[in-house]
Amino acid sequence: MSEQVATRSAAATTATAGRRPAPRLLLALALIACAVASIPLVYLVVRAGSGGLDAAITVLFRPRVPQLLLNTVTLATAVTGTCVLIGVPTAFLLARARLPLRRLWAVLAALPLAVPSYLAAYGWLATAPALHGFWASWLVLTLVSVPYVTLPVAAALRAGTTGLDDVARTLGRGPWRAFWLGTWPQIRPATLAGALLVCLYVLSEFGAVSLFRFPVLTTAIQQAYGASFNRSYAAILATVLVLLAILVVLGEQAARGRAARRFGSVAGMARQRVIRLKNWTAPAIALLAVVPALAVGLPVAVLFARLLEAETLRALDVADLGQATLNTLALSAGGALIALLLALPIGVLAARYRGRLVRAVESIGYLALGLPGIVVGLSLVFFSLSVLPGLYQTALVLAFAYGVLFMPKAIGAIRSSTAQVPTSLEDVSRTLGYGKLQTWWLVTARLARPGIAAGGLLVAVTAMKELPATLLLRPTGTDTLAIELWARTDVSAYGAAAPYAATLILVAAVPAFLLSGAGRGRLDGVRT
Amino acid sequence: MSRLWLRDLVVGYESGTVLRGVSLDVPHGALVAIVGPSGCGKTTLLRTIAGLMRARSGEIRLNLRMVTTHGIHLAPEKRRIGWVPQDAALFPHLTVAENIAFGLGGGRRAARRAAREDRVAHLLELVGLSALADRTPAQLSGGQAQRVALARALAAKPEVVLLDEPFGALDPLLRGELRAEVRALLTAEGTTGILVTHDQAEALSIADYVAVMNDGEILQFGRPEEVYERPATPWVASFVGDSVFLPAVWHAGTVEGGLGSLSAEWMPASGALSEAMPEDGTSVTVLVRPEQIELAPGDAGSGFWATVTAVSYTGHDALLELLLGNGVRCTSRVPASGLLPVGARVTATVRGPVLAYPLAPE
Repeated sequence: MSEQVATRSAAATTATAGRRPAPRLLLALALIACAVASIPLVYLVVRAGSGGLDAAITVLFRPRVPQLLLNTVTLATAVTGTCVLIGVPTAFLLARARLPLRRLWAVLAALPLAVPSYLAAYGWLATAPALHGFWASWLVLTLVSVPYVTLPVAAALRAGTTGLDDVARTLGRGPWRAFWLGTWPQIRPATLAGALLVCLYVLSEFGAVSLFRFPVLTTAIQQAYGASFNRSYAAILATVLVLLAILVVLGEQAARGRAARRFGSVAGMARQRVIRLKNWTAPAIALLAVVPALAVGLPVAVLFARLLEAETLRALDVADLGQATLNTLALSAGGALIALLLALPIGVLAARYRGRLVRAVESIGYLALGLPGIVVGLSLVFFSLSVLPGLYQTALVLAFAYGVLFMPKAIGAIRSSTAQVPTSLEDVSRTLGYGKLQTWWLVTARLARPGIAAGGLLVAVTAMKELPATLLLRPTGTDTLAIELWARTDVSAYGAAAPYAATLILVAAVPAFLLSGAGRGRLDGVRT
Repeated sequence: MSRLWLRDLVVGYESGTVLRGVSLDVPHGALVAIVGPSGCGKTTLLRTIAGLMRARSGEIRLNLRMVTTHGIHLAPEKRRIGWVPQDAALFPHLTVAENIAFGLGGGRRAARRAAREDRVAHLLELVGLSALADRTPAQLSGGQAQRVALARALAAKPEVVLLDEPFGALDPLLRGELRAEVRALLTAEGTTGILVTHDQAEALSIADYVAVMNDGEILQFGRPEEVYERPATPWVASFVGDSVFLPAVWHAGTVEGGLGSLSAEWMPASGALSEAMPEDGTSVTVLVRPEQIELAPGDAGSGFWATVTAVSYTGHDALLELLLGNGVRCTSRVPASGLLPVGARVTATVRGPVLAYPLAPE
């Protein structure tokens, strides 16, 4: 009885919050962030349009274009589907099953995040040089993107309840049917969000596909920009890519909207059963082990085998390696800071208010996911050259590119951690004499801090691995670990690349390790 | 001199109006219970008084200060009111003492310092939680959390404390206990209190005044006994307690109906042009409270023959469904000692005057 009352009133509070108009200051800041974040997109449209419609049509009907489009869509669909098929069961085992070494498996599941796709591809190529084309790209991209599905679904399962499954069982449904009726609706939004991340990531993927020589839109853009300096062609291809991303984002939003309406207030009281696997323990552990083993274990093993060769150790320049590491850390930290600053008003707005304008603002924030790094990189080269020449080839522009590129990750983290803070805490703070901003700082931000920090770490990890934008925007003479690594894999100097690759993995593994534990269960103590 | 004064308050969302012209006059130091079914607008009323929602029109005065008038809206942090939500909403990152001290202003660091001050110690003592000062909210029971929330709301000595279903999530035993404590605390601090509840028994037992709300309007405002004994409309009557409604005909201060001729008081419709008595022969609706229908076993002379058709036993008393000899059905409340089995033959008599209402317009 009292649980019912609590749930009903919580739902009422959310509904009330949704109908408040957003404060003007917050809306203005969010719009500014959107405007700043859409600089690369605007430049892209300007470039693509400068050739005129005829030129665009001519480009689109070149014989290679339909093939590139087909390759891109096929790869994105295949990788997304496989990631959901592997990620959801993995998340279920992590969150609900009784396993030996539970904590270890949770860390391992997040670990592929630390491995850049081109590094995993490099590891596989060094092992089997004959690998190339669609299947090789599919395999490696799937391995490194599974955590995008596993992590949010596991989080949703941990926050969810098995009570609905129990009810379904008492109503005569079998365990699978009960899962479908009770648990799946609770994890559907998280699954969709994860699938969205994977799909957009594959659309803008550059490193692995170019190592495996699989022609997709991004590599064609790179070729057009780099080799022939045919920027209109590249800009038009990039526009097609952005349109694909818009389609994916819209599809996910429509699907998520339905899911949220139908199961919005279910996850009130978390009551969870732990599943004993008995004879299924060994297959379950095999499933949990296979992705980290192939995505992280194999490349790392190859790396260290190369690293320990005498030739590699003789050629190693420690000062160079140290400098590249420092550059990587500083640039990715700067990128994380800029991403958080841009994402903060958008994430808070999306968490607390609804409406058409808010949805539009959020969508613009997420669009950067569909912008290939190469497009952001080049558009910022020209933007800085024509608008702010003083900033051309400075670390600031590169950090800004990271910020724009990875802002969606920060928005997601800020949005979900803010939404977890009950609005009644803000109400109380207001009546106790604290203003809107003071309340946000003392209560909301204070409680959302672990989630926001996790978002910043996530941006930093991703920025460390970023390649195409870094290639274009790095200040002359400033080399990062990713650049040094790429320069050496390109000429198949696998041994010389090993120290940089190993350092990159180690540096990126620290935030990935923190991520697997941070932001989980911090709000358990809140009375709601 | 009233502490809180509302005039013609209209509040709405884009989707429609929630409060349609609410006026209220709360005397100094009183505890007012706003009671109504869910969705009647009582929480919206409370949030508007707190300044957490904007009114479309109307006025709110706290003491001598106009806080809402003609589109002017004083921010909640400037209103000097206390707010106790249903979920207690304790800050999870602060201890019990720091939560209370947070109400004294200055943020977390100041709250840490102030947590040792006399005012906080005094409040902790008032709510009986001195021993738990250094606990975190997660370590408290529901009742303890509500006590802390109340102490936090009282810390800055607000003029009015608003309580939004503060006992809604507690079990019945704890509820009764906490009710009495809240009452005593508000009296001790001399603070005016407005409490929202959907539980009419709670409203009648705790409050100095009760405001019955339905569909965005206050239907009646008065002392609990007034509201129960002289409800303004049949709807209010049935909301605040068990009621028997019978059709009857008015005849010069008496009504003639299924329970015979009873002396009756005329209750004109609110907003009626005249409060004059109806003409003789007018059809009316008569309200009889079940406890007014007294039963005697067997044939006790005067009164109506009836048969007990159903029994609803609550422990301290029981509600008996009766079928009268003339086919009329009604309900009687009897003490548990007077409990009769289903099928028993009884004699029913009506004690005291009854109320007569105009027939509801078709």
